[in-house]
Amino acid sequence: MSTSHDHPHDHPEGDSHEPIGTDGKPGYYDVMETAVRELFIEHGLLRAAEIRRQIEVLDSRTPALGAQVVAKAWTDSGFKARLLEDGRSACEELGITFYDDTLLIVLENTDRVHNLIVCTLCSCYPRPVLGLPPDWYKLKPYRARAVTEPRKVLEEFGTFIHDDVEIRVSDSTATVRFLVLPQRPRGTEDWSDAQLAGLVTRDSMIGVAFARSPAEEVA
Amino acid sequence: MNVIDRPISDAIVTAWNEAPAFAPGDLVRVLDRAPIGHYRVPTYLRGRSGVVEKIVTPALLDNEEEGFGRNAGNRRFYYRIAVPMTELWPGYRGGAEDGLRIEVFESWLERIPA
Repeated sequence: MSTSHDHPHDHPEGDSHEPIGTDGKPGYYDVMETAVRELFIEHGLLRAAEIRRQIEVLDSRTPALGAQVVAKAWTDSGFKARLLEDGRSACEELGITFYDDTLLIVLENTDRVHNLIVCTLCSCYPRPVLGLPPDWYKLKPYRARAVTEPRKVLEEFGTFIHDDVEIRVSDSTATVRFLVLPQRPRGTEDWSDAQLAGLVTRDSMIGVAFARSPAEEVA
Repeated sequence: MNVIDRPISDAIVTAWNEAPAFAPGDLVRVLDRAPIGHYRVPTYLRGRSGVVEKIVTPALLDNEEEGFGRNAGNRRFYYRIAVPMTELWPGYRGGAEDGLRIEVFESWLERIPA
């Protein structure tokens, strides 16, 4: 078989890919980011190693952390109470550090209330606990519609909320970040924290979906 | 004798802006103004009314001032405000109880007399 690029690795049949590289010119913001970064380094305000370190900090944060927080809240009522009282300090208890001075409010979904989070102004997100937000979270359609027609947005994610359940949309504007505590799926009474964490998806902690059910987990 | 003969809290005078201006349950309006600069109050919220649900602690720097490098003496509280969706969007279709929660800095709020 032929491959569309020239480098020394084998492509099994049907596993070809386009060349990986940056062919296009850098965009406006790419150029601005490079210029600002170089200026910071030239003026001795930041070292390249500090920037790299911060990228490592961000890379170490993934939804798997948030899933562990949620699973512990499901099985440990004392921890859940502390988490709802002060999200940040409860996460710090588990060793999740907050490198950016943000606070965390944890919003509990119940039979009566369904929470959804958004940042209409930009892309505020509980990064210390979930890592980087998905692209759609940062784009204007989600940001505008989450506050104007949340039920329709939820339906587009396949999440149908009964009319007599209150929808609460939390718009993150400054220093507080939000994390949704989804409802614990039925049929998981004897599950371990590690098993439960496997049911907690990123989207369920944003509030656009429910935690997975045990049936989905098996499937 | 170096003893206060009343509860300490009665003897203490707090500095301006040291204590929160609003309490949970207070009815407030978000100011309708459009200054130039860095502001963290979405346009759709300006001029709308809501209820204080929670005082965000601790008090924090006014990030609008901080955006211009002014950090001294502007520590105040954010409040988590509850606003009904129907207050924001007259044609809102959804549950009657549906609502928005948003953090607003003290300098953007005014009390609505009961």
